[in-house]
Amino acid sequence: MYKMQLLVCGGTGCQASASATIVEKLNESLKAHGLTEDAQVVTTGCFGFCEKGPIVKVIPDNTFYTQVTPEDAEEIVTEHILKGRKVNRLLYENPETKEHISDSKHMGFYQKQMRIALRNCGFIDPENIDEYIARDGYSALAQVITELTPEQAIDMLKQSGLRGRGGAGFPTGLKWEFTRKYTADQKYVVCNADEGDPGAFMDRSILEGDPNTVIEAMAICGYCVGATKGVVYIRAEYPLAIKRLEIAIEQANEYGLLGKNILGTDFSFDLELRYGAGAFVCGEETGLIASMEGGRGEPNFKPPFPAESGYNKKPTCVNNVETFANVPVIFLKGPEWFNTIGTEKSKGTKVFALAGKINNVGLIEVPMGITLREIIFEIGGGIKDGKKFKAVQTGGPSGGCLTEKHLDTPIDFDSLLAAGSMMGSGGMIVMDEDDCMVSIAKFYLEFIVEESCGKCTPCRVGNKRMLEILEKICQGKGDMDDLDHLRNFAYVIRDTALCGLGQTSPNPVLSTLDNFYDEYVAHVKDKKCEAKQCKALATYTIIPEACTGCTVCARNCPTDAITGERRQPHFINQDLCIRCGVCYTKCKFNAILVQ
Amino acid sequence: MTKIKSLDELRKKKQQLEQNLEIREKSDHPESLVQIKVAMATCGIASGARTVMNALVEKIRNDKIPAVVTQTGCMGYCYAEPTVEVKKPGHDPVVFSYVDVKKAEEIIDKYIKNNELLDGILPANYQTI
Ligand SMILES: Cc1cc2nc3c(=O)[nH]c(=O)nc-3n(C[C@H](O)[C@H](O)[C@H](O)COP(=O)(O)O)c2cc1C
Ligand code: FES
Repeated sequence: MYKMQLLVCGGTGCQASASATIVEKLNESLKAHGLTEDAQVVTTGCFGFCEKGPIVKVIPDNTFYTQVTPEDAEEIVTEHILKGRKVNRLLYENPETKEHISDSKHMGFYQKQMRIALRNCGFIDPENIDEYIARDGYSALAQVITELTPEQAIDMLKQSGLRGRGGAGFPTGLKWEFTRKYTADQKYVVCNADEGDPGAFMDRSILEGDPNTVIEAMAICGYCVGATKGVVYIRAEYPLAIKRLEIAIEQANEYGLLGKNILGTDFSFDLELRYGAGAFVCGEETGLIASMEGGRGEPNFKPPFPAESGYNKKPTCVNNVETFANVPVIFLKGPEWFNTIGTEKSKGTKVFALAGKINNVGLIEVPMGITLREIIFEIGGGIKDGKKFKAVQTGGPSGGCLTEKHLDTPIDFDSLLAAGSMMGSGGMIVMDEDDCMVSIAKFYLEFIVEESCGKCTPCRVGNKRMLEILEKICQGKGDMDDLDHLRNFAYVIRDTALCGLGQTSPNPVLSTLDNFYDEYVAHVKDKKCEAKQCKALATYTIIPEACTGCTVCARNCPTDAITGERRQPHFINQDLCIRCGVCYTKCKFNAILVQ
Repeated sequence: MTKIKSLDELRKKKQQLEQNLEIREKSDHPESLVQIKVAMATCGIASGARTVMNALVEKIRNDKIPAVVTQTGCMGYCYAEPTVEVKKPGHDPVVFSYVDVKKAEEIIDKYIKNNELLDGILPANYQTI
């Protein structure tokens, strides 16, 4: 019987910094000290605090070691496991008080979190189905298929109020009911694991940390909608998630929790994987289905919805990974329990990928209705380097920027929409005073132009034109008419594009126009970029008092715009300056002023 | 792996497998549990702390006591080792001295289960991290 367990993060982030070697070294060291009977090393999924990885958590005292290296393994064993002394230097340090925090439960990052979809991530070994079963795994499936009719199960899901986590927030129970309604010789359950939002990685983490929960939920869905086949559409760039899914599917098959006559019932369900090449548009469900069928990843007009005619023209229920991860718990704990969490119209929790100019970067799961302030300043630990908060972008390329005035809005599907953004898949990028909002809008539009499938004109041509206008503005060549053009384009694209990609693509532009109109005007009228991100709008001058006349700038200037005598202050000829910034980077005396 | 053929079999399987996850489950909500700490520095180990810890872990498992056993460094009572600190939810921590296997069992049966105090309690005048 083990008295202690060392949970080592085996998520993509921590594995990239040698967590597999840490496992090896810990095992060697335990063996060398004759402790293999006392302590066990377990590789788990992601803890969410990837920025401070690799993470090693010692159980039962919940000691949370951060940034562990393979060389630290021996010390952890000899000090902590053998002698009960914590290795202080590896503990998390509160960025403000500099105090070491040992128990993860006391870390600001975890205090406001509530883990439902991520309940097993960082807790069990994802490659061992037994650990999942020990956590009530597959009990929900067993109960549903032996004790409930599909209609009863769907009713429970409807009561729970669960809404899709893939972006649009469509009620999951209702989608299952629609799919059930259509009769066909074959129906399908599809798990959308395309995860196209460049800032999001919750679906990957769930599949890496707890693949069985998705498998179980898909089987429950199959029973409810009347499907015997399931497909996980996953991007090929997620090799670890694919590997863990494959292991889990194999183990579930061996136990008879997938396959023919599950648990002695009439219900059979098979699961397979289909790889995507990682296009944003393939996350849109009709594009995804086209790609699954071997066609180009181009969306189709809806209706018919996939629930009526989807994969191979058969009724297909498409749900997101995180949506599925909520399903088994809802059946175990009951819809009433789920109903108590969240806001009136958005129940449960949401996982966010917190990134940008924030102290604690990572994956967090919080109850719906939490405020942005709590997320950014409590869980996220505030803005990096004591800078000033400017905006937070939610919803990825389909979402928008929220500002100071939204900080205290309880967030859920509807409040984010009302504020001009959206939940999307849960990307959350925090920006500070050094970020230029015009450039941010441009960045997302570049992504959209790159990822548009080109099938419909508004999205293919319209977004390109919008991008050109933004580029013009950033170069200081824009005029006030351009701001109106931007809006007009945005409305037309929003209203006429074929699929969700185009319909939502103007959001980053519209929300920055709404919330940061003055910044656009400054770019256009005063030719100024307050955040100093738009190089073309900056003026470079030399501060004569600081200049030593070392000539480095003059020698490096590509247009010979800088003149001056050796040991005398130099001078920049603004007519020749192309604002490349080389002088600024080369000057050793901070004598170049950027305005 | 043999197939699981019914809901009952799944339940049985779960019961068998639960034990390995038990300490993880418990550490997930430590506030509600009795916290037992065994001093396991050189002095403690030399006087048999490891055997005491094993006995505590075993008994807690068998008697299904809602408690976690962890180890700490030297508590500063080297003369009185092995020492064991017990913190029941809502109570101040109590430190027992000269604990052997028999006393360990008594601590559980008397103090933890019935709140009876035993001999050999040390004044708690130290801090741990
Ligand atoms: C451009 C675009 C990209 C999308 N990308 C994803 C994605 O990566 N993952 C996902 O689950 N849903 C994505 N969706 C939403 C899906 O179309 C679909 O609504 C979702 O998978 C349904 O699952 P849910 O009801 O569980 O949310 C995307 C939608 C659009 C318009
Ligand atoms: S990958 Fe290790 S904490 Fe996320």
